[in-house]
Amino acid sequence: MQDYLLILIGTILVNNFVLVKFLGLCSFMGVSKKLETAIGMGLATTFVLTLSSGCCNLIDTYLLIPLGLEYLRTIVFILVIAVVVQFTEMVMHKTSPVLYQVLGIYLPLITVNCAVLAVALLNVQLGHGFIEALLYGFGAAVGYSLVLVLFAGMRERVAVADVPLPFQGSAIAMITAGLMSMAFMGFAGLVAQ
Amino acid sequence: MKQKELDGYQEFMKGLWKENPTFVQVLGMCPTLAVTNSAINAVVMAVATFFVLVGSSFLVSALQRWIPSQVRISLYVIIIATFVTLADYSLLATLPAVHKQLGAFIPLIVVNCIILGRAEAFASRYPVKYAVLDAAGMGAGFFLSLTMLGTVREILGTGTLFDIPLFGKGFEPWVTMILPPGGFITLGLLLLLSNWVTKKRAEFLKQVAAAQQEGL
Repeated sequence: MQDYLLILIGTILVNNFVLVKFLGLCSFMGVSKKLETAIGMGLATTFVLTLSSGCCNLIDTYLLIPLGLEYLRTIVFILVIAVVVQFTEMVMHKTSPVLYQVLGIYLPLITVNCAVLAVALLNVQLGHGFIEALLYGFGAAVGYSLVLVLFAGMRERVAVADVPLPFQGSAIAMITAGLMSMAFMGFAGLVAQ
Repeated sequence: MKQKELDGYQEFMKGLWKENPTFVQVLGMCPTLAVTNSAINAVVMAVATFFVLVGSSFLVSALQRWIPSQVRISLYVIIIATFVTLADYSLLATLPAVHKQLGAFIPLIVVNCIILGRAEAFASRYPVKYAVLDAAGMGAGFFLSLTMLGTVREILGTGTLFDIPLFGKGFEPWVTMILPPGGFITLGLLLLLSNWVTKKRAEFLKQVAAAQQEGL
């Protein structure tokens, strides 16, 4: 039980995927201009990331390793992720049109979110079992969403502030992210390595 | 689609500055920040990305006539993933130490948006020759920005360059620079610099044009 809790806290706060591991930065910069879109993207990513982390783990354990096809990992994982995203989109479209309207436009973007592929690969590297893989994916996604929403809130404030001309756009966003990352380093003491 | 006149030299050069993938398009941020804590990592990463970019652009462009547009994205991803696997295993065989440091970031070249972006926006529409030149230009631009970032961070963060100590014993390394926040802040400052240069250059060109008008 304690192990599982450690995985969650470790991925959400200490080894935050965006600010400490630099994963999923493209979408982080892209969809963080507005608070609403950030929340939508966070929810969609959480759902897909948890699901794809589990699926990739199952396929790796029961298909790739027994067949000795480890070298195909990158290709297979990216295909699994694309399929999971497509599948989620279809199921959501049929079962819950409201949810689809809120999250639908973010789903295709998730395929190329590097955090999703990274979680699948890191699961292999760290030797996670199925439950651990699910938790790791979930924790990573929660951490991503947390930072995304916080950052969007800050960017909304920066947008109305009087920023010097050359700083405007991505430059100020990067520096804001840098300061946030520095704040997150404070969590490093939470879990003894 | 009507093809516009292309100039191979222009297609190559635009990647270096005018449409630099890092500074202007702000794409492919994950490897840009994650592996630039030392110059050698940055260089190896950039070379691997260059290889994948040129290889996949070549193949996408060569196969454009046979790729059905409904499934094009998945096919591009498979082509890219193939080249990434090649790069991954070649690196493991030749430079195992660096490969270990780069860790998961070599397989993650698959989801580097620069590569998919070039395949979709350029390689799938233009002849092979230009696609390769465009990819090479973008790859070189990426190489340039990654090396810049890696050099700055390594010099400030550890006081070395390619593991060669630059300063005497009195140098106190600025450790934050090789940690994650340093990456964000260095990139922010480099973006600031490139914005400023672009702006000053536009102003200068305007002044020159105005002076010429007056002269005439």
